[in-house]
Amino acid sequence: MLIAILSGFLFAFILVFAGNDLKNKYAIVSAIVPFGLFVYFLQFTNRIAAGEVIKKTYQWIPSLNVNLGFTLDGISLIFALMITGIGFLVFVYTAAYLKGHHYLDRFYGYLAIFMAAMLGLVLSDNILSLFIFWELTSISSFFLIGFNNKEKSSRQSAVLALAITGIGGLLLLAGMLILGNVTGTYSIAEMLSSQSIISDSPHYIIIVLLLFGAAFTKSAQFPFHFWLPGAMKAPTPVSTYLHSATMVKAGIYLLMRFTPILGSTELWNTTLIIVGAVTMLYAAIHTIFRTDLKGILAYSTISALGILVFLIGLGTKDALLAACAFILVHAFYKACLFLVTGIIDHETGTRDTTVLSGLRKVMLPVAIAGILAAVSNAGIPPSFGFLGKDLIYESTLHMGDMAIVLTALAVLTNILLLYAGFVAGVKPFTGKLPSQFEKVHLPSYLMWAPPLILAVGGIVIGLFPGIVEGALIKPAVTALGANSGDIHLKLWHGFNTVLALSATTIGVGLLVYFVLKPSEKLVQLAQKFEIISPQHIVESLAYGFAYFSSYWSKIVQNGYLRNYIATIIIFLIIVVGYTLFNHTTFEIDYNSFAKLTVYEILTLVLMIVGILFTVFTKSRLAAVASMGVVGLAISLIFVYYSAPDLAMTQFSIDTLTVILFVLVLYKLPKYLNISNTANRIKDGVISIAFGSLIMVLALEVLSQPQNTETSSFYAENAYILAKGKNVVNVILVDFRGIDTFMEISVLTIAAIGVFSLLKLRLAKKFRDK
Amino acid sequence: MEFLLALVTGLLYAAGLYMMLRRSLVKLIIGLILIGNGANMLIFLLGRITKGLPPIIPEESKVFLEPYADPVPQALILTAIVISFGLQSFAIVLIKRAYKVVKTDDLDQMNSTDEYS
Repeated sequence: MLIAILSGFLFAFILVFAGNDLKNKYAIVSAIVPFGLFVYFLQFTNRIAAGEVIKKTYQWIPSLNVNLGFTLDGISLIFALMITGIGFLVFVYTAAYLKGHHYLDRFYGYLAIFMAAMLGLVLSDNILSLFIFWELTSISSFFLIGFNNKEKSSRQSAVLALAITGIGGLLLLAGMLILGNVTGTYSIAEMLSSQSIISDSPHYIIIVLLLFGAAFTKSAQFPFHFWLPGAMKAPTPVSTYLHSATMVKAGIYLLMRFTPILGSTELWNTTLIIVGAVTMLYAAIHTIFRTDLKGILAYSTISALGILVFLIGLGTKDALLAACAFILVHAFYKACLFLVTGIIDHETGTRDTTVLSGLRKVMLPVAIAGILAAVSNAGIPPSFGFLGKDLIYESTLHMGDMAIVLTALAVLTNILLLYAGFVAGVKPFTGKLPSQFEKVHLPSYLMWAPPLILAVGGIVIGLFPGIVEGALIKPAVTALGANSGDIHLKLWHGFNTVLALSATTIGVGLLVYFVLKPSEKLVQLAQKFEIISPQHIVESLAYGFAYFSSYWSKIVQNGYLRNYIATIIIFLIIVVGYTLFNHTTFEIDYNSFAKLTVYEILTLVLMIVGILFTVFTKSRLAAVASMGVVGLAISLIFVYYSAPDLAMTQFSIDTLTVILFVLVLYKLPKYLNISNTANRIKDGVISIAFGSLIMVLALEVLSQPQNTETSSFYAENAYILAKGKNVVNVILVDFRGIDTFMEISVLTIAAIGVFSLLKLRLAKKFRDK
Repeated sequence: MEFLLALVTGLLYAAGLYMMLRRSLVKLIIGLILIGNGANMLIFLLGRITKGLPPIIPEESKVFLEPYADPVPQALILTAIVISFGLQSFAIVLIKRAYKVVKTDDLDQMNSTDEYS
């Protein structure tokens, strides 16, 4: 199974080398990969139908508990078959749709990576590997949306989609980590047994909310839905595959997968019902205000995703059954409608529904596919869609007190969806053929066969629901933790409420379709409300944030060294000063200090005068000289306090520094006197505060006991181990000999730097500048 | 004495920081040197000062017979003095060079990289 999942990545890798050969004549060959996988997963249907759950575990990073554990159960199988099946059709379709495209090999590579990631996502048992595959789908989606990378809007949509789904991915990771901590396992299968631990945990709410965040962003739920219409900038095969049939259902998958673990609580059900209901209705209403076929389909997809969330929120056995069935129904008709739209766009060059009509006369097979898909979408018998819609009404009707409200919402959504489906699947083909489209011809069968297969499939399954009932739907419902024993899908239920509702939906929907025509006016009407749309708000936030960041950078990263230093020091003073102030007593034991002598006092006075003179003098030479005095005074202090080596070093180095400074000085300009008094006072205050801090710090340290372990080791072993009597020298050249060696290297580098800077003669062209 | 040394150390830091906050490049380097001296003093002071007992083992003995000044801070400071000399000399020559190219030692005039090659 591992090889099956990774084959997509493998194929993408091969394309790096073989891409050029593949992309011209043999593009169709790449469809073998998804087809092979489809057949591979198809052979599991019997075992899954028999109630088996197939598990495979591969060690990956055992120390981090990240194993590649894969589980194939009913729900995974539905998704796996959708991913590979629709993947196969999309691969075939692409061969014609992007024929001769310069980057066709790249496109197949992204698609293959996406397919592999999506398969990994729905088969992962380990939640961390699930997260990794989840992110991989987002990333491949980013590349596919931005496939036409020369268009600015494509790139923007890609970034927007990545931002929204990327945030969701982070939420998912956080949720998964907390979940893993609470249950002590990262395996979904093992979590099933610790359901009560999770729901009793104080972290339950945060886990659920994080999971919702991930699912809602990925599956384009209100108010995170707006990246999906933007994602329609991608070539149509991508919209079909990622943004309708599979990737956007990853959030749905996540919710389904965790229904048995986290579900059946007030928080879970209520949130999902509300978010799902708002999304399905909001998006369905939006379809009226669109004239772009892909825009209509994008919003109807969001609406369908809303229905699925809504059904998972209802959480009853009927609702879960309806959700499982509706996933399949939707995959069939929506993928078909997208592919049909792609053909229309490809052949006529427009997707504007107000212009398109009568195309059945030039592309009959496409028209058949479109109309059949619209029929299934509308839920007109005997399509699979009819069955799916029945199941939805069935589940809302059994919701007790809320039944009427919920059913009304479902009916209203479905009426609008019927309208959207007809606009996309029927309207372009009926009516009179405008003269500008008379030259339009039927494209290669590679393009019209895939949607036709899907459309016919939607009808055939409606007529013989047994095909999917035992093999897919029942095991899926079992996997969601409900009893699937008495499920029986059938087209005809007799005359009852559900049938009446279906009839109402179809009747009103058709009425809406004939009365309401898509038009520019409606589009413009919708644009007036653009300012309160979530997309507009998020984009404004993003711009505001960018503006704030640049403003902030201008203040903090202003390019003035002294401001950086001041910022760092002020921060240091506040943090360290606060701690010192809170935790120390400021008691100084003067008795423990060494006694003062006249020499020392004189030396210190000399130092203080030297320091002050260095700071306040207006002459550079005086400053350098008095700095030398300070250095010599320090050298004297080293003499008094038992550090002869230091005294010698300080003396020679100080002398050298002063000499070097003086040598260079005459080449430098006079002291600048630029700063004003206010700045000087401000800097003076900071400096004095900093100096005081250091002083207090030093006195505080002196009042603490000293650890002399290291010192006494060196002192005791200086002669015994290293045969030297000057301990400081022994430390430097023997115990820490390598450090000293490094130090010499550093000095050498500095010396080379000094030498080359002094000797550097700029070439003439640089000197002139 | 320690109190006074702490005071002087603080003063070295304050003076060094004040000089580093000036706009003149020369002052920046002087400030750097002052802070370096201050740091040496701080390490020296915190290693506890001992009068007249250098960490040198007496001629006739193999180990110390009487108390001795802590050799570790001294070794650290010795390294620090030498390294800071490397830094200072490089910095001094660098400002000389920079002045020659940019014709200013005002730091505010130097904060763009692209104008000079």
